[in-house]
Amino acid sequence: MSIAVTTQIICFLVLSLVVIVGALGVILLESIVYSAFLLGGVFMSVAGLYLLLNASFVAAAQVLVYVGAVNVLIIFAIMLVNKKEDLKPIDNLKSRRIISTSICLTLLSLLIRVDLSNVWGLADPNKSIGEESTIRIGEHLFSDYLLPFEVASVLLLMAMIGAIVLARRDVMNEDISTGLPVDQELIEKSSEPLLMKKN
Amino acid sequence: MNLETIPLQAFLIVSSILFCIGIWGLLNSRNAVRVLMSIELMLNAVNINLMAFSSYIDNNLIQGQVFAIFVITVAAAEAAVGLAILLSLYRNRVTVDMESFNLLKW
Repeated sequence: MSIAVTTQIICFLVLSLVVIVGALGVILLESIVYSAFLLGGVFMSVAGLYLLLNASFVAAAQVLVYVGAVNVLIIFAIMLVNKKEDLKPIDNLKSRRIISTSICLTLLSLLIRVDLSNVWGLADPNKSIGEESTIRIGEHLFSDYLLPFEVASVLLLMAMIGAIVLARRDVMNEDISTGLPVDQELIEKSSEPLLMKKN
Repeated sequence: MNLETIPLQAFLIVSSILFCIGIWGLLNSRNAVRVLMSIELMLNAVNINLMAFSSYIDNNLIQGQVFAIFVITVAAAEAAVGLAILLSLYRNRVTVDMESFNLLKW
């Protein structure tokens, strides 16, 4: 076993440990802000795992898109909706926890059994294109994956417009009935919450 | 299993564990933002799987990496729309508790 392989294995163990412990922290920690920052750490470690797999372009895309965009978006959302509230207790919380945990553990054991028992048809490592993967990805995106590539651009445009439409406040500059200008500051505070009547 | 490199199974096991953690968080979170985070964890687990297969099984054509890029694209779009929905929900209900979003419950 060469030194390089030993280093790879150490890196893999550290990165996967950070991924798993960080993911547990994301779902178990009490404070949602800590969860969001841990999620950034998990994304960075996943990018490190991609680097171990000779995929520098996807690792860079992961850091840019996940850490730079998605995680920042999540932190912004937390800051916008972060209100301390006392959650109503649920009646059968314990049985819910037991059922969901057992479902997850069953699925996990099933997946690990498949991972270990299946005989994977591994390719010859000498044929690997290694660090030229970025060139190959570019070739794919502009030849056989051209249509999905273009559809992805339309999808991103739709998501952008959709997010703006959904998150926009319906603010009018003047009162419809009287025509008087409206005090923009007070709209949010005075409006009746729309869906609260049921309780 | 050859010991010259990291085995493929190691990556698959890490991604399986990450996926199951994501499902647990999805089922048990009360905060809607945490539900979105769990979905991101599950998407990352799927991406690790795709990248591992692309590196070990399809190491010349690496179509798995192209798929991973598309998954990242869709995940970014999903996060943007999901958080916008969350904001408008919060504006109408003044809470992010998943248990109170029960308008469609029969």
